[in-house]
Amino acid sequence: MDERSTIKVNLTQKEIKEAKIRLGREPNETELGMIDVMWSEHCSYKSSRKILQKLPKEGKRVVVGPGYDSGVVDINDDDIVAFKVESHNHPSAIEPYNGAATGVGGIIRDILCMNCRPIGLLDSLRFGNPQSSHSKWLFQNVVKGIADYGNCTGIPTIAGEVEFDESFETNCLVNVGCLGFGKLKELTLGRMDNPGDIIILVGGSTGRDGIHGVTFASRVIGEESELDRPAVQIGDPFVKKLAIEATLEALRTGQVTAVKDLGGGGLTCALSEMSSKGKSGVEIDLNVIHVREGKMTPYEILLSESQERMLFTVIPEGQRKVLEIFERWGLSYSIIGKVTNTGNLVAKYNNRIIVNIPPKLLTNSPLAVRVAKKPRTRSKKSTSKPAIPNNISELIFRLLKTPNIASKDIVYRQYDHEVGVRTVLKPGDADAAVLRLIGKNKAVAIKADCNSAHCFLDPYNGHASAVAEAARNVVATGAEPIAITDCCNFGNPENPNVYWQFRQAINGMSYMLKGLKIPCVGGNVSFYNEDETTGNAVKPSTIIVMLGLIENLKLITNIALKRTGQSIILIGKTYSELGGSQYYRLIDFPKGKPPSAVVSRENASIKTIMQAIRNGYITAAHDCSRGGISITLAEMAIKGDLGLKIDAKLIPRNPNVRIDDLLFSESNARFIVTTPKPHATKVLRLARKKGAPAAIIGKVSSDNYEITWGKSRIAQNSIDQMKEAWERAIPEVMVGP
Amino acid sequence: MKTAIIQFPGSNCDLDIFHVLKDVLQIETNLVWHTNFKSVDYDGAILPGGFSYGDYLRAGIIAAHSPAISQIEIMAQEGKPIIGICNGFQILIESELLPGALLSNQTRAFICKWVNIRVETNNTYFTRNIPKGTILKIPIAHAEGRYTIDPKGLKDLRENDQIVLRYVDETGNLTKIGNPNGSMDSIAGICNNNRNVFGLMPHPERASEKILSPFYSSDGLKILSKFVHI
Repeated sequence: MDERSTIKVNLTQKEIKEAKIRLGREPNETELGMIDVMWSEHCSYKSSRKILQKLPKEGKRVVVGPGYDSGVVDINDDDIVAFKVESHNHPSAIEPYNGAATGVGGIIRDILCMNCRPIGLLDSLRFGNPQSSHSKWLFQNVVKGIADYGNCTGIPTIAGEVEFDESFETNCLVNVGCLGFGKLKELTLGRMDNPGDIIILVGGSTGRDGIHGVTFASRVIGEESELDRPAVQIGDPFVKKLAIEATLEALRTGQVTAVKDLGGGGLTCALSEMSSKGKSGVEIDLNVIHVREGKMTPYEILLSESQERMLFTVIPEGQRKVLEIFERWGLSYSIIGKVTNTGNLVAKYNNRIIVNIPPKLLTNSPLAVRVAKKPRTRSKKSTSKPAIPNNISELIFRLLKTPNIASKDIVYRQYDHEVGVRTVLKPGDADAAVLRLIGKNKAVAIKADCNSAHCFLDPYNGHASAVAEAARNVVATGAEPIAITDCCNFGNPENPNVYWQFRQAINGMSYMLKGLKIPCVGGNVSFYNEDETTGNAVKPSTIIVMLGLIENLKLITNIALKRTGQSIILIGKTYSELGGSQYYRLIDFPKGKPPSAVVSRENASIKTIMQAIRNGYITAAHDCSRGGISITLAEMAIKGDLGLKIDAKLIPRNPNVRIDDLLFSESNARFIVTTPKPHATKVLRLARKKGAPAAIIGKVSSDNYEITWGKSRIAQNSIDQMKEAWERAIPEVMVGP
Repeated sequence: MKTAIIQFPGSNCDLDIFHVLKDVLQIETNLVWHTNFKSVDYDGAILPGGFSYGDYLRAGIIAAHSPAISQIEIMAQEGKPIIGICNGFQILIESELLPGALLSNQTRAFICKWVNIRVETNNTYFTRNIPKGTILKIPIAHAEGRYTIDPKGLKDLRENDQIVLRYVDETGNLTKIGNPNGSMDSIAGICNNNRNVFGLMPHPERASEKILSPFYSSDGLKILSKFVHI
């Protein structure tokens, strides 16, 4: 490498040497910049690739697995669903509004590439202490960024989650997901298979924004990160909306062979991945690209991450037809070159070849050797417990007001979640969002889940639990879980403790996915979510996005209590598993064992509920997780505007379990359901058959929320007051009373 | 009898309303790109919701200067029914086919929510046969929907019975709680003097099939079905 080089590279000396060997010569400055970007953690998955192999990818519904822009699953009758989730953590931590907005923009393009119409967005957000002014700033701007961008594109934002935890104070997590519907026979893949095809760059102009966004995302956040603000892209949702319609229309002509989104790594990434997958080559002319700024260098053009750009390959005869479509939608475009059979990525500038590099060299980085080491146990999984709470009524109120339990209405109210006329179950109504397929008797359920507190205490069980909870959430709406896509968020992988967390996480997920026979069809890894100044990494958090299929629109179930007198049934056993629970966090008790995740228990409970809903027994269903049984019941009562009376003595449990365990433990494999009285014994019989512990614990009433122990009352609250506490908590913190 | 749904760049409720008219109501309907729209070809028109021209400058103002609006003006004079929903209402206001202004919601935030709308007059093309005082459950989804007008204009609207829909609370009363965006006089929809041009912020197309309604209702059809009888 030229020592006077003007560019800064993040490659190690070993990697630079490797690049030279593979290329058989010194790379020039532009080529080196391209290698630098493509071998960054963000583009290359060099630390994670090997471990990710462990996740199950096979299944009868899998059409496209990991490795393409999004995973695709078959939902019968030639219908397919494409879905994907990605992180936009680093840009959002620095510039929350545009960072989050462009996260939405990027994920939409990933769905379009598969020739699917994007029909739903979801976002999984993590912030620090909601009381801190920095967190408030991040929260308000991230939500507004998502709302402004998503709403304008006409894609409803239908699901998500928000978690608050001190570890996200500097490094907030912004994971954005999208799903789309399409037809199996019309599916396209982002690969260049046909030499001679014309390459067209469409949409936004290429500018200097976002250059080296991916290398920025492959570093920890420090004081200098403020200087990285120019590495955050600026979005334009209006152009995105036009690009969506134009892309789908162009694909309908049958003349387009592939579409690829320009995201991290810009043109370099798109060209190298497409030609590498198609075992072809590329020849492009950088002079013809429509740019937004004067005097851009080849390096800048090749690495720009300007938003709203798509790359098309078109058969030569179809060129005119396709260009007419772009013109009608008022989109700028450049015909930048063609697919070749040379096996090389060639870029010309001022009639000179300035890049000539095999695409495989770019897309197949050397693996990074990382060491995994279990951290010293922070706290012994001690058996000590806090005093038994004496005022359970009040405790339930306080829990309802904790930010991780309180209503997130303030968030999803700002999202258009109705556009598209598909949203059957809306945010807040149920454990997952449900979108119908217009004109068909079927729908999909989708949910994002993770509990960072549990994942931190026990990355293996925590992540296995995240998979299980996400599955339970779609099951509670009446769906069968059919596939996941995930987004891993961790600290610096060069830190052996972080790498150990990552390995445990994937192992835990893999165990649960295999056990539930659910394939993973895609994913994204975000490392370096660390604050350089304090050295604090985020709690390990892999977001699981679960997709479920509903094959009868009449059986869609939400969480609201429906009618006085109906039986309340608890499926699954409650264990003494309060470690990392909302209850222990509230009383600041740092000990206890977090919930274990056991495949056989999940399978029994899930199969019971799926069958019970299909048999038409169930009137409301809610997964029992955050806050435990007490909070699950409270949410069902608040949503249904009805009361309930349950006897905690009837909860299936082991003998040594205390009352606080019963009401607040966040054990896995549990559901609370309601059923008309005559069906109650049928549900119990079904549970016995499937091997799930189950009991009728009480019934729906017309007034209060009441819990007894046998005959003695241990909690009683008014539903209206609970509702008010639950609804007002977050607005009071974020906006003021 | 034919209805046109006019598509501007950035319209995003066009396909939704097309689905309701074509599949639910089985009305002959065309999606018409704004530059191709000719009033003579149609008996009625719909300006759908969305973010025409990205809401740049001000919601609805750029579309208001589209040639399609000159055609809409002709249709309005001919007495043909025209409905503008959400962004379509904003366009009708910006093109001065309807009076007043739609400002940022009082909360300064986008609001997506099912609300209660009371029918204030059935003397319009779109509300005929709906008993006055009927409460409709229909969602809103907008950032700029706070209806505002000068005192003289408000007086005229009232005197001429041009206030078609008002936001009300659960019990059907005009209250602060029932008024989601802070609209003047709780106005959710108005018509012109001729009573054939109607603008409203709520989205009837999102409330036209029971499966989509938390109340298992299809109140939006009460308005949209009027296109059947053009």
